[in-house]
Amino acid sequence: MTEPHFERDIDRSHMQVSDEVAIQIENMNKWYGQFHVLRDINLTVNQGERIVIAGPSGSGKSTMIRCINRLEEHQSGRIIVDGTELTSDLKNIDKVRSEVGMVFQHFNLFPHLTILENCTLAPIWVRKIPKKEAEETAMYFLEKVKIPDQALKYPGQLSGGQQQRVAIARSLCMKPRIMLFDEPTSALDPEMIKEVLDTMIELAEEGMTMLCVTHEMGFAQAVANRVIFMDQGQIVEQNNPHDFFNNPQSERTKLFLSQILGH
Amino acid sequence: MSTSQTAAFVRKDMLPPQDPPTSQAGLVKWLRENLFASWFNAILTLSSVFVIYLLVTHFYPWFRHSVWNANSLAECRTIIAANWGEGASGACWAMLRERWHQFIFGFYPPELYWRPIAVFLGLLLAVAPVLFTQLPRQMLLFSLAYPLLAIWLLWGGSAWPVIMIAAGFGIGFLALRFLDEVSSILAIVAAIVAPILFWLFAVGPLDDVLSKAIPLAIEPVASDRFGGFLLAITIGAGGIALSLPLGIILALGRQSNMFLIKSCSVMFIEFIRGVPLITLLFVASLLLNYFLPPGTNFDIILRVMILVTMFAAAYIAEVIRGGLAALPRGQYEAADALGLDYWKAQRLIILPQALKISIPGIVSTFIGMFKDTTLVTFVGLFDPLKGIPDFIRADFNWKGIYWEPFVFVGAIFFILNFSMSRYAMYLERKLKRDHR
Repeated sequence: MTEPHFERDIDRSHMQVSDEVAIQIENMNKWYGQFHVLRDINLTVNQGERIVIAGPSGSGKSTMIRCINRLEEHQSGRIIVDGTELTSDLKNIDKVRSEVGMVFQHFNLFPHLTILENCTLAPIWVRKIPKKEAEETAMYFLEKVKIPDQALKYPGQLSGGQQQRVAIARSLCMKPRIMLFDEPTSALDPEMIKEVLDTMIELAEEGMTMLCVTHEMGFAQAVANRVIFMDQGQIVEQNNPHDFFNNPQSERTKLFLSQILGH
Repeated sequence: MSTSQTAAFVRKDMLPPQDPPTSQAGLVKWLRENLFASWFNAILTLSSVFVIYLLVTHFYPWFRHSVWNANSLAECRTIIAANWGEGASGACWAMLRERWHQFIFGFYPPELYWRPIAVFLGLLLAVAPVLFTQLPRQMLLFSLAYPLLAIWLLWGGSAWPVIMIAAGFGIGFLALRFLDEVSSILAIVAAIVAPILFWLFAVGPLDDVLSKAIPLAIEPVASDRFGGFLLAITIGAGGIALSLPLGIILALGRQSNMFLIKSCSVMFIEFIRGVPLITLLFVASLLLNYFLPPGTNFDIILRVMILVTMFAAAYIAEVIRGGLAALPRGQYEAADALGLDYWKAQRLIILPQALKISIPGIVSTFIGMFKDTTLVTFVGLFDPLKGIPDFIRADFNWKGIYWEPFVFVGAIFFILNFSMSRYAMYLERKLKRDHR
């Protein structure tokens, strides 16, 4: 079993899971045409949980977290985020989206806006925060992800790792209660993966509720309190990281772990 | 003896840089690379030079023999024959000296030329802040007021109807501003309905009262007095200003998930693109009157402008659709994930990028449309390319003058269109955001 390769100790003092339910998914199903992508998903996430979702490609992990802010529509079952149920009601969708931050595999920064404008856009236009205040908040979070000096550049001038950290800062500027990460390091060079994971660990240390689809098992062991394994659109296994990695129950999980950790 | 022949080496003196051999620099290099890179390339170069030589020797005498002072084409010919020998050809620019004002203003009353001149100058002033963001933003207020001001100056008559139109827009804006707090859909509906009600029911009586109280009128000029570049620029500028927003709406409509909006947009775009512009112009001049209530006297220039706008908008919509399709899905998703609603996402994220990609196509459409304004000659308007020259040729003095009007009008069109094209290139450079 490989040990997490993070040099520094992780401060767990703020990583507390509360009793308050942040996300509740009940009997959720989703189809793409005839194809049944998500099958009977049941998942309860409490405030403060740090969940890593693993699984082979095509297993529906990304689709599942994209249902949580309704980038994808589910066809049956219920999804309740922070007490708001996701239906076709646009008001509810916008409310959930402004509470839930999302970080994408390909960063999806707005290339025609500066880094600072990327970060202030949503606070100004969605939260109606005055520009000056939004800029102060943006600089605070850019400092947190350690790139305040790039604020006036455009995304195209930054490295991949820097862009992804900006994307994290952009989400944080909306002061979300939940953060979704959709393979945030899959498009990055090895050196840059670390800087993004460090940023995510800091976020976890502050007690943010996080759902991460990722292949970074070191990260899962270091900060997750629960690992979920998905295959063929279903949740196959979920457990705390220690037991998940050292004592997997299902054959499918064992096979998956042996493939990604075996070498 | 060592098995390796490699000796250790340390350089003692650094070599100073030297000039490249003369065959590899300057003019010689340029010629070799660009004109005589291979024997085929050399043949192409030589034959191109020959063609250019033929063209220049053919046309140069015509320009060289130009006559500027004469009262008729016959007099021009006599002067050319006297100076350059019997059978020499030459340009008779004397026609322009006498008739240039008709190319520019058509049959606009000469004592009122100050009005179109003010409108031309105003156009430059109104367009400047739109084109160059460096200029103070307060100038945009003039740009907003300019269209109505230009309409009033060009056609004349009472100022009150124009002021009423402006007031209608003002009412719409206020409705949008104050009802937005209550509900954004209600605000949009009110912003559209309130001005229309105002124009339909309040303008007539108000106009009567106000015109009697304070008659703010200048001498009216009818549409059939318009002609030349005044006509082309009026239709062209109006069409450009109106077709861009309409094109954007159509492009978004075509992308919409709402079935009716999508089908209407598709039908409109495909119908307009499938029909020649001349057909639409005939519709404007003849058919439109059948559909309108009897007695409505709908100005011919306005009708043509509407049809030209619709024509250009259909093309622009397709150009912009290409720009929208070129954006990665992630941009839409990121905007959604941040909680931006549809209109905000379009306005702040999607359209700025899609329009930037579409600049070359949009400008091509504008240039094409501006040149197509000369087709209004088919509905009896005096365009600068055919209407005005034909009128001049009808004068006995200038009967038979052929190339000079084309060269002159072509040159002016070239200057205007070339500026549009250069501006588009400047804009593309300015909006470039990557690899700086």
